[in-house]
Amino acid sequence: MRARNRIAYGFLAPYLLIFAVFWIWPIIYSFYLSFLSTRAVPWTWAPHMNWGRLWIDPAFWNALRNTLVILFIQVPVMIALATLLAVLLNSQLLKARGIMRFAFFAPVVVGEVAYAAVFRLMFNADFGVINKILTGVGLPAVSWFSNPTAAMALIIMAVTWRWVGYNAIIILAGLQSIPDDVYEAATLDKVSKTKQFFFITLPLLRPIILVCVVLSVIGTMQLFAEPFLITNRGGPGGATETLGLFLYRQGFTVLNFGYASAVAYTIAGLAIIISLINFWLGRDPK
Amino acid sequence: MKPQSEMRSKSSREMIRTIGLHAVLVPLAIVWLFPLWMMMVFSTLPENAIFSAQIQWLPGTHFWANFEQLQADTGFLRTLFVSIMVALVYTVLSVFLTSMAGWALARYHFLGKGMVLAIILGTLTLPYFVVVIPQFIMVARDFGLANTWFALIVPPLFNSLGVLFMRQSFSMMPGELFDAARVEGVKEWKIFLFVAMPMARPTIAALCIILFLASWNNYLWPLLINNQPDMMTAPVALGSLIGLTRVSWGGIMTGAVLLTVPMLVVFVLLQRHFVAGIAAGAIK
Repeated sequence: MRARNRIAYGFLAPYLLIFAVFWIWPIIYSFYLSFLSTRAVPWTWAPHMNWGRLWIDPAFWNALRNTLVILFIQVPVMIALATLLAVLLNSQLLKARGIMRFAFFAPVVVGEVAYAAVFRLMFNADFGVINKILTGVGLPAVSWFSNPTAAMALIIMAVTWRWVGYNAIIILAGLQSIPDDVYEAATLDKVSKTKQFFFITLPLLRPIILVCVVLSVIGTMQLFAEPFLITNRGGPGGATETLGLFLYRQGFTVLNFGYASAVAYTIAGLAIIISLINFWLGRDPK
Repeated sequence: MKPQSEMRSKSSREMIRTIGLHAVLVPLAIVWLFPLWMMMVFSTLPENAIFSAQIQWLPGTHFWANFEQLQADTGFLRTLFVSIMVALVYTVLSVFLTSMAGWALARYHFLGKGMVLAIILGTLTLPYFVVVIPQFIMVARDFGLANTWFALIVPPLFNSLGVLFMRQSFSMMPGELFDAARVEGVKEWKIFLFVAMPMARPTIAALCIILFLASWNNYLWPLLINNQPDMMTAPVALGSLIGLTRVSWGGIMTGAVLLTVPMLVVFVLLQRHFVAGIAAGAIK
């Protein structure tokens, strides 16, 4: 057994070293940092400062509110759309399957900066192709970057464009793992396709959809590049400032690492709580 | 008579379903392809065409002129070189490190195995933001290694996705095979390298694609740690142009195309591995 230990740790050691230094230690250190006053060197122990400030900082509450608004609108819409897409893309009747899959899955490989740049140009209020189309069909042009609601809608659309295919891939894999004979039996019993979807497909997909929801919640809690690049640092006037952007500002513009760490742990805590609520709501009703 | 009419109504129902399916999917697919199409179109247009009152639906001939502008704005070729090198080295290192760890966790009993697994799984879904500040303090201040290859490549190697992938793959292999090699007196590291790794090729392929893509598109960490022009990655350089007032949008779109199209080609060629990697990443 001793020899086995040595061999096993020989294989593990290089990875564990990196994992400990760049993952485990930062998790601990960040928690410790959140209790320090880091506004001036040397840093001092001030356990209530950062956490107390969170409660009364309007900029934090604004970022939290924006993040939750995006979360509660974008995630359900995207997951519903992803489920629909997965079912439709899985259909035997589908023509041009390759192109269809490409259309929805391609955004998965597009980087944040590239797609942010395209969306920013497309939604330009004066010259953007979207407003040209809107006015072309007789609708009013929208001030995507100066109207707070429109800016928020833009972020939600952009994130949905980028991530719906990713979720559809996961749900599609789940769909394809449902054995065909379940549906054959249902068809023989003259159960309609719609009923099959609601009473067979959806219940069997529930665990996979839950995973998608949880991944999306964690992702949305950390939303950064989109408001940073598309709506120009969370504009207009902080209307699209997210927790991720707020953390970036506190950590890397103001260089207040302690306060930023408190924000980071708030993001982690909220992500965990919302995920647990999801698992609880989506548990098997027995 | 009756079976025939039933068949006809069945096939006409199928026809209606087919039409309904495409009536939903085709418009959605067009909407989803639209940004990618416009990215390509914009990258080939001169500035005045991008901002003209007319919508330009079709590509022009200005790609090289736009690229030259982008190169003048950021030294984009250098940043592409940095991005390619970082993604390649990161992918190779990560595959080896995580394969070795996955092998140990799949194939040996050892003291502390349960704890190692529990820590990896237990912290898997923690948001990256929790570690980014200490990582930055450590690499930039304590190590003094901002704007280096080390800073771009090594810290992101903590990613444990590969460990779980490879552990899964190794633990499904028949143990007799490895035992037979042991009886022959083959060393453990040779069994890992020359027996187990070749057998895990499909998993390694999927893992390579996912890791390369993650590194290629990584934005936040390179943005924080490397801000010198000669050590910027391509997404960071491109991001630094967005939001400037006097900037060539044709150039930015050219950069977006150069970042995106190679990945789209890889995606089309290796769609199976891509899909397998993403699905496995979520389901594990």
